[in-house]
This record gives sequence, C-alpha cells and structure tokens, in this order.
Amino acid sequence: MTNNECKDVFARLSEYLDQELPDDVCRQFDAHIGSCSPCVEFVESLKKSIALSRQFQLGQQPRPLQEGEREQLLEAYQRLRQSLQR
Amino acid sequence: MTGDATAFDEFVETFRTRIFQYSYLMCGQREDAEEVSQETLMKVFEHFDQLREPERIRPWVFRIARNVCSMKRRRSVFAPTAELSLDEFRPNWKGDGEDRRLEIADWSSLPDEQAISGEMSRILRQAIEDLPDIYRTVILLRDVEELSTDESAEILGVTTDVVKTRLHRARLAVRQKVDEALRK
Repeated sequence: MTNNECKDVFARLSEYLDQELPDDVCRQFDAHIGSCSPCVEFVESLKKSIALSRQFQLGQQPRPLQEGEREQLLEAYQRLRQSLQR
Repeated sequence: MTGDATAFDEFVETFRTRIFQYSYLMCGQREDAEEVSQETLMKVFEHFDQLREPERIRPWVFRIARNVCSMKRRRSVFAPTAELSLDEFRPNWKGDGEDRRLEIADWSSLPDEQAISGEMSRILRQAIEDLPDIYRTVILLRDVEELSTDESAEILGVTTDVVKTRLHRARLAVRQKVDEALRK
C-alpha cells in the first residue's frame, strides 16, 4: 500500500471488484495483486465488507398497513388495471 | 402487475419492505419511512404508464422513493453532507522489515457467506448511518439493494463515474468501521 501500484489499486478497488475496469487496467491489477500480499489482505477485507453490506437487513419491518392505507393503494391498483385493459 | 389481489399483495409487500428500509436509513425516522413507503406505492400505481421498460421497475420505484424521501427529509438526522477523502481510509503499517504488515484486523475469521450476527448488524447499521447522505444513498442502492451502477446513476440523477467514486468511498468507510470493531 506504499508504492504507486498499491495506491492505484487502493483508489480503484471497487471498480476492480465490480469488474468495471477496462481490460488492460484489470490485467495490471491482477498482476500486481498476485504478487503483493498487503494488497491481497486489503482486497479480501473489502470483499468481505461488501458481502456484509449485501446481507444487511434493517431488522425492523414497516408496521402492518392500516385499513385505509390498503384501500387507498388497492383502489389505485384497480384503476391501473382498468386503464391497462382499455 | 396485471393480476389479481394476490399479485397486488405480493407487489406491495415486496416493495414496501424495501422502500421502508431505504427511506428509514435515508430519513432516519420511522414515521417518515412509513409515509415515504405509502406515497411511493401510490405514485407507482398512479404513474405506471410512465414506466417505459417494465424490466427496469426496481430502479423506477427507487427513483420515486428517492424523490419522495428528498421532499420529506428537510435535514438529515445522521451525518452532515461532507466529502470523504480516500486518504482517510488508507490503512497504516505496523512492524519493520519482513514483519512489516498492514495494521488491519484479521478478516479471515469472517466467513464469506454466513448470516450476520446481531452485533455485526448493529455495527453495519451504525457505519451506514454515519455516512454523509450522498454516500449513504449510493451504498444502499448498490450494495444493499444490489442495483447496478447504471440504475443507481439513473435514480440519483448523476453520472456513473460519480456513482463509482461515491460507492468506493462509502465502502471504504464502512470497511474501516467494521475493521475497527473486529480489532476490539
């Protein structure tokens, strides 16, 4: 994480993990990471952190729909269905 | 969405939960999140004819939710809007010579795929809430909702490059918070 290649990887690591880098840059990163253990360690930590975010759940659900709210939505939905059938 | 009451209930149930989570974490208030969910679903049914590509319904719904949320949220209850710098998240080194290594937690103990614990969930939530708005919304759309870069850019009305830049900084900020927790 001290030389310029490490800094380049650090700056664009999300694009690398998301496969959004141009092919030539991706190949350069592959080559560097393959020979740089600090970068491997950091890449793995970011990958796991992203995986945690993907599993994140708020743990709180919205309260059940009130009768008036459900009616309001259902009426809008039925109007939509009627307009689609015309 | 041209089905019966079951299709209606499934659609409402699915999207209401997702919109609620997004808007709760953006607005910071349960009551606001409840209102955003209801108003968004009403707009979805009322303006469904404006959806040009039915396969892109998720980004379309989230774009509406984001707009409703913006109207609701006068000021964030979470972190103020600020720019995050890459340098804030660059790890330090420890040791010398061959023992020199990054000063980060041992992430190898965390499995790739496993239900996250209540404690980790709390740490993650705090890390996400601590992000300034412009970063929080991106990580919620890209990583939590797993929308694409293009879809997120469309929802937020910014370029894909802006989404990529903000996402990376948001991820680094969250990684750093989790790292600090793992080292305790």
